[in-house]
Amino acid sequence: MSNTKKPETVAGTLIFVLIICLVCAALVSVAAVGLKPLQTANKLLDKQTKILEASNILAIALKPENIKNAGSEDKSIVSTYNKYVVAKMIDLDSGAFIDGDVNAFDERSAARDVTQSIKPKNDIAGINRRANSAVVYLVNNEQGQLTTIVLPILGMGLWDLMYGFVGLEADLNTVSSVIYSDLKETPGLGAEVLNPKWKALWPGKKMFNEQGDIAIKIVKGGAKKGDIHGVDALSGATLTSNGVEHTLHFWLGDEGYGPFINKFKDGGLD
Amino acid sequence: MSSDTKKVLFGPVVDNNPIALQVLGVCSALAVTSSMANALVMSLAVMLVTAFSNLFISIIRKQIPSSVRIIVQMAIIASLVIVVDQVLKAFSYQLSKELSVFIGLIITNCIVMGRAEAFAMKEKPGVSFLDGIGNGLGYGAVLMVVAFFRELFGFGTLFGVEIFQLTQNGGWYQGNGLLVLPFSSFFIIGLIIWAIRQWKPEQVEKD
Repeated sequence: MSNTKKPETVAGTLIFVLIICLVCAALVSVAAVGLKPLQTANKLLDKQTKILEASNILAIALKPENIKNAGSEDKSIVSTYNKYVVAKMIDLDSGAFIDGDVNAFDERSAARDVTQSIKPKNDIAGINRRANSAVVYLVNNEQGQLTTIVLPILGMGLWDLMYGFVGLEADLNTVSSVIYSDLKETPGLGAEVLNPKWKALWPGKKMFNEQGDIAIKIVKGGAKKGDIHGVDALSGATLTSNGVEHTLHFWLGDEGYGPFINKFKDGGLD
Repeated sequence: MSSDTKKVLFGPVVDNNPIALQVLGVCSALAVTSSMANALVMSLAVMLVTAFSNLFISIIRKQIPSSVRIIVQMAIIASLVIVVDQVLKAFSYQLSKELSVFIGLIITNCIVMGRAEAFAMKEKPGVSFLDGIGNGLGYGAVLMVVAFFRELFGFGTLFGVEIFQLTQNGGWYQGNGLLVLPFSSFFIIGLIIWAIRQWKPEQVEKD
C-alpha cells in the first residue's frame, strides 16, 4: 500500500463498498438479462433434440438436404420438431389430457410446489415429490398418424437425479428409445447410459408382459439373446443401472404414466 | 517484448506455476480434467477471470479501504465469474451443462484470490492484467497435461476423437478405470511436480 493513502473513515468505506456493489450488480444484471433469450433458446433446442432422438426421428432433422433447406442444423431441428411433434399436458392421476401451457410448464418447479405435487406412496425412483401434471409428446409421421409417444422421466442414479425421455411406439409397449438428457453420473461408468452402443440396446424391447405387468428389467452380466424384456446392465455401474430400472418401473406404474397408458390402450383419449 | 513482461506472462507456466509450485487451485484441477475439451474451457474461464479481476482490482487498488479489501475483491471476482457462466450458457450450452458447477467454484479458486491479493493490490493495471493471463496459462498448462493422460488412457479419446478403440465399443483397448475417476489427478499432478523439480531443482523446498 502507498504511504500517501488517506486515513480511512467509516463513512468513506461504506460509500466505497456501496459503489462497488452497485457497479457489480449492474454488470451481472446486464449479462443475465441480455443473454436470457439466447439461453432460453439453447435450453429449448436441447430438449427438442432429445425428444426427436427418443422418437428416432432426429436423423430426419440431420439429413443434409433438410439442414440446407432450413439454413442451419439448429433451425432444421426446430422445424422438424414443429412438423412432427405435438406436446400435450396430462393429469397423471387420472391419465386424462388437461388444458395447460405446455411451454410454461416446468416439471422441476412444479415438483417443488406442494400445491402442484404429491409425495408418491411407493417412491422406488427416489424422486421425493412428483408433479401432478406432465407434458407428453405425441410424434406423428408424414401421414399424420401417431407413431411414438415420448414421456419425460426422472429418477435417482448413483449421485443425483437423472432426467431423460422414454419413447414408446403407438402400442405403448414397444420401446423406441431411452434417452437421458441431464445427469451427474460418473464419466466412463454410469454416464455410459449416454453411450450410443447402450442406447442401441433399447429399441424393440417390450415394457409389459402378456399379463400387462411391467416386465422391463436391467440384467447384470448381459441379457439372454431373444429376451424381449431384458437390457444389459452397464458394467461397473450397478447403482446407475438399478436407477434406470427403478425409474422405468416407477413411471410406467400407477403413480407414473400408468393411468395414461391404460386410458390410451382402451382408446379413451381420442 | 521486454524481459520483465515476458517473466510476468510466462513465468507462471513453469518457473512459478500456480498448481505445481504455489499449490493453488488443485481442487478444480481434479474435477474438470476427465476430458480435454472441459479442461480447455475451464482454463480459458479461469484465465479471463484472473486477468480481469487483476485489472479491475489494480485500477482501484489505491481507493480500496484495506479493512474491507478482501470483500471488495470477492465482489469483483464473483461478478466476473457469474458473467462468464452466463456467457457460457448462452453460447456453449452443452459444455456449460457439464461445467456449470465448477465455473461457479472459480470464485473460490485460490489462484484468482491469491493473485488479486499478492499482485494486483501492489502493481499497475497493465502488468496485473498480464500476470492474470500468465497464471491462467500456468493453470491451463497443468490442466491440459492432466486431461491429456486421463482422457487418452481412461476413455481412449482426445477432444472426443477416438484414438484407442475401447472394448465396450468393440475395440481392443480396456479403458483405465482409475483415470476415469477424479482422484487419479492427484497421481498425475504429483508426477508433474516431481518432473518439474527434477528439471529445476531450485523449486525443491528445503527441510
